Amino acid sequence: MTEARPDPDELLRRVEAEAKNGRGRLTIFFGAAPGVGKTFAMLEEAAFQRDVEDRDVVAGVVETHGRFETTTLLAGFERLPPRQLSYRGKTLTEFDLDAALARKPSLILVDELAHTNVEGSRHKKRWQDVEELLDAGIEVMTTVNVQHVESLNDVVAQITGVVVRETVPDSVLDAADEIKLIDLTPDELLERLREGKVYLPAQAERALDNFFKKGNLLALRELALRKTAERVDADMQAWRRAQGIEKTWAASDRLLVCISPSPHSAALLRTGRRIAAGLHAEWLAVNAETPRALPLPAADRARISANLRLAEQLGAETVSLSGQHAAAEVLRLARERNVTKILVGKPRARFRDRFGRSFVDQLILGSGDIDIYVTAGESQRVEIAPALPATAPRRQAGYAAAPLVAAATTALAFILFGRQHLADVAMTYLLGIVLVSMRFDFRAALAAAIVSVLAFNFFFLPPYLTFSIGDLRHVVTFGVMLLVAVVIAGLTQRVRDQAAAARSNERRTALLYAMSQEFARTLDTKTLALVAARQIEQVFESRAAVFLAGSAGGLEIVATPNFDEAGEPEQGVARWVFAHRREAGLGTSTLAGSKGYYLPLTASGPEPEVLGVLGIFPKDPERFNDPEQRRLAETFANQAAIALERARLAEQTERARVAIEAEQLRNTLLSSVSHDLRTPLAVMKGSASALIEDGVELPPATRKEYAGALLEETERLDRLVRDLLDMTRIESGAVRVRKDWQSIEEVLGAAFSRVESLLANREITTEIPGDLIAPFDNVLIEQVLVNLLENAAKYTPARTPIDVRAQQQGNEVVVEVADRGPGIPAAEQSRIFEKFHRGPSERTRGGVGLGLAICRAVVVAHGGRIWVADRAGGGAVFKFALPLDAKRPSPMLPELAERTENGAA
Amino acid sequence: MSTPGPLILVVEDEPQMLRFLRASLTTHDYRLVEVETGQEALAQAAARSPDVILLDLGLPDLDGIEVTKRLREWTQIPIIVISARGQEEDKINALDAGADDYLTKPFSVGELLARIRVALRHTAAGIAGHEEPSFSLGELRVDLAQRQVFVADREIHLTPTEYKLLTTLIRYAGKVVTHRQLLKEVWGPPHVEQTQYLRVYMGQLRHKLEPDPARPRYLINEPGVGYRLKVR
Repeated sequence: MTEARPDPDELLRRVEAEAKNGRGRLTIFFGAAPGVGKTFAMLEEAAFQRDVEDRDVVAGVVETHGRFETTTLLAGFERLPPRQLSYRGKTLTEFDLDAALARKPSLILVDELAHTNVEGSRHKKRWQDVEELLDAGIEVMTTVNVQHVESLNDVVAQITGVVVRETVPDSVLDAADEIKLIDLTPDELLERLREGKVYLPAQAERALDNFFKKGNLLALRELALRKTAERVDADMQAWRRAQGIEKTWAASDRLLVCISPSPHSAALLRTGRRIAAGLHAEWLAVNAETPRALPLPAADRARISANLRLAEQLGAETVSLSGQHAAAEVLRLARERNVTKILVGKPRARFRDRFGRSFVDQLILGSGDIDIYVTAGESQRVEIAPALPATAPRRQAGYAAAPLVAAATTALAFILFGRQHLADVAMTYLLGIVLVSMRFDFRAALAAAIVSVLAFNFFFLPPYLTFSIGDLRHVVTFGVMLLVAVVIAGLTQRVRDQAAAARSNERRTALLYAMSQEFARTLDTKTLALVAARQIEQVFESRAAVFLAGSAGGLEIVATPNFDEAGEPEQGVARWVFAHRREAGLGTSTLAGSKGYYLPLTASGPEPEVLGVLGIFPKDPERFNDPEQRRLAETFANQAAIALERARLAEQTERARVAIEAEQLRNTLLSSVSHDLRTPLAVMKGSASALIEDGVELPPATRKEYAGALLEETERLDRLVRDLLDMTRIESGAVRVRKDWQSIEEVLGAAFSRVESLLANREITTEIPGDLIAPFDNVLIEQVLVNLLENAAKYTPARTPIDVRAQQQGNEVVVEVADRGPGIPAAEQSRIFEKFHRGPSERTRGGVGLGLAICRAVVVAHGGRIWVADRAGGGAVFKFALPLDAKRPSPMLPELAERTENGAA
Repeated sequence: MSTPGPLILVVEDEPQMLRFLRASLTTHDYRLVEVETGQEALAQAAARSPDVILLDLGLPDLDGIEVTKRLREWTQIPIIVISARGQEEDKINALDAGADDYLTKPFSVGELLARIRVALRHTAAGIAGHEEPSFSLGELRVDLAQRQVFVADREIHLTPTEYKLLTTLIRYAGKVVTHRQLLKEVWGPPHVEQTQYLRVYMGQLRHKLEPDPARPRYLINEPGVGYRLKVR
């Protein structure tokens, strides 16, 4: 026996299941119809949990519908007070999600999973509340009827003729840890109904005849049993797999469903979901588009996005494809993803398909070993996603224009042609209709055509001033006028749509491009967030803000100036989005009462991290009801998230680089400092101990020698410490450059007096205009000069001359310290100003390599530059330039009065 | 020794520094009163009336500048401030608060003794009640009575401002005079911030008096603090 080979897919699933561990358990009490006793069963189970298992159980929301047994059972539970919401003047009660989260019981009862929340609640649907409870680690018990299951919704509608709008996505049921079927035979249920044990609201009594028919109940029971059986089967398989019982693995099926803008696609998706569930297969919903001459009408686009969303709710992965040949694209994807079955709707018979092959034909021909299922397009009763309404004011204007144009045309025709040339009059009316068609929508054009036809008849056709028609020939004229109006309106509408689409596409592309351009120029996350907010404000005619994830787990608002849209409640929404990684707010089903539409900014990568939240506060609150707008916002959010991630990575890299550099620097510093501190200390200790030694009378010359060494090393140590301190202070930013107009000659004089002893025995020449002044900090520049003079004294042979010169050159003052030493090799010249860089000679003389680095830091802090060059005739010349950028001081003080000079003191 | 040496109040909290000061000063016949805090310094200055106070700026209790201010409320005993490098601001504040001079750590015994001598001489001149009629330093000679200035016996003509500047420095010869103090004494209190004028006149003075103005012998610039007429 070979050991059971683990299926990688299965392993992944198990890993995911383990990841769910922090999540609460979900138990669903599932029934075929209202009245089977789900709530009662749930309460019994909860009572058991409470009394026997000693658990902390709270009744979140339980609908007793006044049933005696249920009410009695419920009385024993702690009940969560409902939340009071005022909606249109009425006070309504709703399940209080926040109170439940705050109470955090071990187990909570939430009846009626399919319930739609009162407006103003956080989520649109109760199942979303339950998801949040589960996420918080709370175990939930709930109830669902079979007609509320999304994938069975249409089947139930077909059976019962009642369309149920409150549905629960199949994914919620699939994710449930346990589904308990509460079964009751139809006869028993009808019996209970007759006994009045089943609550029915007054307005639903009419539905009794339709819904609670034995045939319906049988069908619903079968559906519920089958759904549960599927589930049991899946559990069985999961168990077998976990136990490794199954030794061989059938290649698992994968189903692909082709959808289109057709209203039938929703039904197709539900069928796909049922097949996929039956096969225990993963499934994909694919929208394949071929490039067209005209863009899809807005209604179709809305339907496609609604269908894709439905597919996601039904648990499918959604893919949009585009290519010259839709069928070939679909097949390519199918092969790539190892799809075994493709489901497609039966196409409408199209005229053009008589000449070529239809999409389905092409699919079948190219399918090879993939099974193709073709299902019938279903009845029109299926819910149709509403098309986007044309903007109302424009339509009204169109209706207003129709009679006006007809009246104007009538007047014009009268003036031009009287009642003689009927053909010309008809043409004039046509012109009017064309004008309206071009300007307004289809309906307005039709209205214009009808009014025009009536006016034509009334004013120009005998018998005049009546609507009766004398000659049947004119009916043809009317027909043509109407037809022309319809055709032209249709065409112009399409052209307009196309132009608008092209314009908005172009604008969107341009804006996206502009945003990414600006992103490319920006490096830090905050500026990036600001750029994103500004661009999004432009695109969506809104205010926008980016809530950046801070280090302490908080969110930091980055927005353009004068942004005050995000008060505390709005920030709460942003925090919710951040924590749950889902969109929310205006236009969505979660916290729809917010002022803003919020999207998570999610980084890519295997473990995506939420970098922040984008909040958009549109001027027109209707804006984000349009899925197209939300998709566009998503595109921008993605772009921003990518840029933010890039910036964040760059910042991290930069931090790492700085850390590494600091580490290297510290190492260099430690080694050189420890060496350079120890050498003088060794000499000092040696000399001092020799001087203090008891019983030995040193000759005066030797004593002086020791003392001299002591002094010399002390001075060296002093310089070293001074340099280190200076460098540290400069680098830590503790040094402020206090620029003041100063005399170069004066500061040089101070520097000379400090290095006097080092420069003894040297010929020093200076060439400095006495009135040369520049704006600088004299303490810092004195240090630069001291360092340069010390270097010149240390690294050039004794008695060689040092020349100092300063002059104004253009807009700066250049100071030079020139020596006649060995010079600086060209390769060293650029590196000599780096920290801890030590020239070859320096190594033997024990410098730390900080002197010139300090010089550079000081000069750069002054906005100047420093460099070294070879000196003509041998030696090196160090130069630094200070800019003369500041305003020169005002004219001098007047001389003191003459009287102070002589006598009168 | 027949006459006891001058009494110096040493305000210093670091034992090593104190040990060095004690060794250097006692060998040169100075007597010492040693204290470690500002409060003690104030008490001892009143109790012992020292001739000079050596005051470290970094004290455990009071700020050295504060000590200077409180001392100056009642006494003119010369105060020499000891500070670390990089504390230009503190030096100026101490000098403006009334300190007479400063020493930057590390310093040599020679420097220390020179500053103390200058301080004592100024006290002596103050007690004598009059300034000397002439001042000479190297090749520089100033006849204060005749208002004449000579360098190597050649008379130098100074403008009134330059002359006043020079005599002010002579009055404090050997001590550092802050920019503020010089401006106040020469131009008057409204001009204490206009250091650029001071620099211009100091430059002119240097060019007239110094053999090599870029490497001055007499008129020493103390960057960030002020000027000193060097005596040695």
